[in-house]
Amino acid sequence: MSKSKETPAAKANAPEPSYLTAKSGLMSWLVTVDHKRIGLMYLAATLFFFLVAGLLAIALRTELYTPTQDFMSAATYNKVFTLHGAIMVFLFIIPSVPAALGNFILPLMLGAKDVAFPKLNLLSFYIYCIAAVMLVTTLFLGSLDTGWTFYTPYSKSTGTAVIMATMGAFVAGFSSILTGVNFVVTVHKMRAPGMTWNRMPLMIWAIYATALIQVMATPVLAITLFLLIIERTLNIGIFDPALGGDPVLYQHFFWFYSHPAVYIMILPGFGIISELVTVHSRKHIFGYRAIALSSVAIAVISFIVWGHHMFVSGQSELAGIVFSFLTFAVAVPTAIKVFSWVATLYGGSIRFNTPMWYALVFLWTFTVGGLTGVYLGTLSVDVHLHDTYFVVAHFHYVMVGGTVVAFIGGLFHWWPKMFGRMFNETAGKISALLVFIGFNTTFMTQFFLGHQGMPRRYYAYLPEYEVMHQVSTIGSWILMVGLFTVLGTLLHAIKYGAKAPSNPWGAVSLDWQTASPPIEHNFHDTIHVTGSPYDFPEIDKSGAHH
Amino acid sequence: MSSTSAHDDEERPWFLAHHFDTVGQQVSAAKLGMWLFCCTEVLMFSGLFLAYFIIRTLYPEMVLGASEELNKTAGGVNTIVLLTSSFTMALGVRAAQTNNQKALERNLLITIACAFIFMIVKYFEYTAKIEHGLLPGNWYAAAEHGYMLPKYSRVFFGVYFTMTGLHGVHVLVGIGVLSWIFIRARRREFNSENYVAVENAGLYWHIVDLVWIFLFPLLYLVK
Repeated sequence: MSKSKETPAAKANAPEPSYLTAKSGLMSWLVTVDHKRIGLMYLAATLFFFLVAGLLAIALRTELYTPTQDFMSAATYNKVFTLHGAIMVFLFIIPSVPAALGNFILPLMLGAKDVAFPKLNLLSFYIYCIAAVMLVTTLFLGSLDTGWTFYTPYSKSTGTAVIMATMGAFVAGFSSILTGVNFVVTVHKMRAPGMTWNRMPLMIWAIYATALIQVMATPVLAITLFLLIIERTLNIGIFDPALGGDPVLYQHFFWFYSHPAVYIMILPGFGIISELVTVHSRKHIFGYRAIALSSVAIAVISFIVWGHHMFVSGQSELAGIVFSFLTFAVAVPTAIKVFSWVATLYGGSIRFNTPMWYALVFLWTFTVGGLTGVYLGTLSVDVHLHDTYFVVAHFHYVMVGGTVVAFIGGLFHWWPKMFGRMFNETAGKISALLVFIGFNTTFMTQFFLGHQGMPRRYYAYLPEYEVMHQVSTIGSWILMVGLFTVLGTLLHAIKYGAKAPSNPWGAVSLDWQTASPPIEHNFHDTIHVTGSPYDFPEIDKSGAHH
Repeated sequence: MSSTSAHDDEERPWFLAHHFDTVGQQVSAAKLGMWLFCCTEVLMFSGLFLAYFIIRTLYPEMVLGASEELNKTAGGVNTIVLLTSSFTMALGVRAAQTNNQKALERNLLITIACAFIFMIVKYFEYTAKIEHGLLPGNWYAAAEHGYMLPKYSRVFFGVYFTMTGLHGVHVLVGIGVLSWIFIRARRREFNSENYVAVENAGLYWHIVDLVWIFLFPLLYLVK
């Protein structure tokens, strides 16, 4: 993607070169310890894998246009959806917001020169690259057809490249852990003087909660995949019932990580939305402390709900009831956030620009995703909906309608800061509209499909589902056009965009108090923080109603 | 990358990285980072301990019988060796704090030596198991060597080799880390102002010790 070449001519009046121009040459990127450059490298890598896995998804949807086989065999279809899931989860969504945007934004927002461990940061990027190579290598080793969850005992008996794929996920986990450790320490130790916990932007609270989950959950994934690799190579008999093992134990292990992991994926999105909603409505965030602490509450509760993935896997009824109840509990802090965002918008001077459009899209799609999660958390309802398209639709409403939409909104919001260029508003809004229409057409339909009994993971289906599948497929094409519009708009901005001022949105948080793009060490002098990041100058503090 | 920033007003010690304001900030960041890393280690091993307890709950008699084949003496010796090394490690950190260069180097050496002893004992233990076919999974061949062990005993040896093997890898990494610290100590890099690297290496070593403290009774002293 973008490299350091876009040096604008109008840099003459800048006293110090930006981080993009301070050093040049390929090596200055490959061995950089600057969090901003590492963030951009992550961004390029994650967007690349988003493209790859997205095209796989389009291939899946296109195959499903007719009820019969078109251009993929059943085995190919299994491999393609597995790869779509594994790449999207491990190489795109998990590192997208924290490692790409978060790396860039976190030290800037804290008023720090860098993250706490800059070399570790670079190391974690290269570990991510190794993981990416390993996961892509599975393509040449017979691919993978287990689904991204690697469930035993099938993952033990299938002839596909389970070991390479699980090793890839295992290595990606280390990258995630190192980033998490780095960010937790950075938030604790690198805050500018005067930045108390209650003066941190909510984006930081979200990244902090995410990093906590990364640190606490990912080691369990590591050991799970380690055991799976050993089980497959040595037949030690931990997961394989034929050897005396317990296959449900694998599911417990896996979801103990992977349920918190979906919060690794969504929490940073919450952080972005908190910023977008408040900056672009010129109003102090409603319920600052509630939003901040609800991020931490979600992080805590996320560790005790994993059993809702196993309602029909043979766990005890009592466990099912307890997990069902705990699952409902997650809805409380989540709802606190949604209500607070809506309350922030209420009476605000809303700017309908592209970041705000994405924030509004998020409020709609994420709320649908969250509420359908409550359906699935309901024990009796889940028995009916389990393993149907309803689950697929719910998951995508949260991950795409939530995280990806927030991520894109965040990209538009911080693009002027990252590259010093403004994007084309009209193109940005068109992309938001296309994403909204395409996304809802694709996945709203799948709720109905799932409710009527269409099971997930089939390449062919009964004729009565044909119309809805076709609607969904057409929606996915619209979504694809929307996402390419996003890419085009952002790339166009780097090359041809108008020069961005240091603070185009009139934000108060520290990331906007330095040049666009920032200088190499972020700030000329140590910044002293004296108030909330949401005290906009327009706010009327007299208490009068508008 | 260290201390090349243009606007250095006051004198910065050579070991203070460019992005920190004070030594105190750098030290507390390094310590917090290490503690978090230790948490991830404990969590990772906790997965294995959970697997152990599940297997033990499923087949209590099998674990009881198979565990009798482990060498309690070797395990006990290794426990003492590791506890001793943890003690000398703590003495080493103390020596760094008090600028006692000689004691620092001596204690680091003893710690490394203990780690080697641990691995040597482990080598003999593993060799004996391999000779008697007490191996995980496919290589389990106890019956051929005349053992009358309960059904599914191979699962126990799978767990045994996985847990002690992963722990052994940590000991090897510890040898590497401590040797690196020893070389830096020889270069006189540490003093009462700058010893956080010694302390962090010590934290890592204590975690390795701690894991063994739980592994030993759970695997060797079941009865």
